[in-house]
Amino acid sequence: MSGEHASQRIIEGYAHGGTGLAADEVWAVEAHLEACRVCRDRLSAVVAAGVPAVASLVDTVWSGLEPRLTVTPAMRRGRLRRAWLSRLPRWATPAMVPWLAMAVAVTLLALVLDLVGTGTGRVSMVLLFAPVLPVLGVAASWSRGLDPAYELTASAPRAGLDLVLRRTASVLGVVVPVLLVCGWATGVMVAQWLLPCLAFTAATLALGGVVGVTRAAVALAVVWAVVVVAPTAAAGRTAVTLRTDGLPVWALLLALGTGVVIARRGAYSVLRTHR
Amino acid sequence: MTTGREHHMTSAVTAADLAPTAYAWEIEATGLKVRVGRKRMAVDGLDLRLGTGVHGLLGPNGAGKTTLIRTLATVLRPTGGTLEMLGEPVGGPGEHRALRRRIGYLPQEFGYYKRFTVREFVEYMAWLKEVPKADVPAAVQRAVERVGLADRADERMKALSGGMVRRVGIAQALVNDPAVLLLDEPTVGLDPAQRLRFRELLQELGTDTCVLVSTHLVEDVAAACTDVVLFAEGRLVFQGTPDELAAAGGPEHVGDSPLERGYSALLQNPDRERGSW
Repeated sequence: MSGEHASQRIIEGYAHGGTGLAADEVWAVEAHLEACRVCRDRLSAVVAAGVPAVASLVDTVWSGLEPRLTVTPAMRRGRLRRAWLSRLPRWATPAMVPWLAMAVAVTLLALVLDLVGTGTGRVSMVLLFAPVLPVLGVAASWSRGLDPAYELTASAPRAGLDLVLRRTASVLGVVVPVLLVCGWATGVMVAQWLLPCLAFTAATLALGGVVGVTRAAVALAVVWAVVVVAPTAAAGRTAVTLRTDGLPVWALLLALGTGVVIARRGAYSVLRTHR
Repeated sequence: MTTGREHHMTSAVTAADLAPTAYAWEIEATGLKVRVGRKRMAVDGLDLRLGTGVHGLLGPNGAGKTTLIRTLATVLRPTGGTLEMLGEPVGGPGEHRALRRRIGYLPQEFGYYKRFTVREFVEYMAWLKEVPKADVPAAVQRAVERVGLADRADERMKALSGGMVRRVGIAQALVNDPAVLLLDEPTVGLDPAQRLRFRELLQELGTDTCVLVSTHLVEDVAAACTDVVLFAEGRLVFQGTPDELAAAGGPEHVGDSPLERGYSALLQNPDRERGSW
């Protein structure tokens, strides 16, 4: 035997119960057996050949174990589908789903009204509602009243600007494609709705860092109703703010909102944003 | 019999485990004040030092227990005084990211997503708590096993009883192996057998963790806590062992057990008298 393995004498002594071995030899051989496959094989050969008592004990244990070892746990049905579903909350909480559904429904309703061409004449409803739609979803994503797990989220290390942005991105990821289809169907220029839409989202987050995202969303929706929807409805034509000459202003607002969010990024890890 | 895989002994102790702690107390508050709403000081000048062990936070309703725990969970910010947790000052600017990773928190109103399974929810919480990705499955399984829900781990939360939901709440608090564990009314909704099991778990955790348990059940404190913190109207009334609390009460005080008598004796201060409750 090479010096790296236990001698035949020690292996046989160990197989017979270790009574003929010194205590330090037993410890050494046990430690060695744990790490050495060759010596384990030799031990089992010795046991099978010369120690019937141990061999029968091992067989009993094995016959008890084997049926349990051969059964592999069956893969739960739908486990794979749930694997990616379980990653979804990293982007959007279940509390946001009904609000996103509502935003999509309002968009589609506006599209239908535009295509039918009722009521407001030359005003595009899609254009009129586009900026406030993502704000609805963003509001729901950080609401104390709507998100049951908000308290846990608020105390988690990941709470902060990057989680806010993740959820905002998921809202935009749902709302913008729908608006894109609606804008294409009604012939409204992309920049004409996309800029106000993004500017409002950025403003919600910027204001949300101070008073809480939900409050900010409500306040901005009211401002929108007063400044844009009411004059449009009264005059029966698209308000100045939504015409193409208003675009630089929206771009400026977007840049301003983004700047404020970046400057105040530390504020999003405290509870205020969750109110 | 042989297994196909060879075992190689590696050290299970990392440098981080061996590093000496740089703080004397896990939680150290000096003159801590926390305002709730516009005017009310729910915690008003609290001096408190808590180390490793299970600390029972007792006090009447409205004493400010929940506000204190939410402040320690870094959900609320202190209005005044200083608060240091694990050697890091709390309340200044900054995100407390590193500190939050080492805190476990069960809120009084434990909100969850009904359609999630137990495992999915605890996994999601592990992600929120920035548990390293490779450790998540094992950490989730360990946490779920510790609260005895391993057999229900793949069931949806809406199918669970109130006591089980509470245990999921405890599991999510444990999933990041916190150094400070804050449990707000964890025994609500647990049946007597579960409560006994929970006390055992508390004692086990208290050997190497600073556990703060808020409760209004005096018997919970007697059974599981090494230390009692009695809190009323935003101030510390008493801090000591359960035996010291029991010694404060005499036969003339209201209560069915020595601890309850001690509790009512300490709260019976004349200027605290208000209402019939």
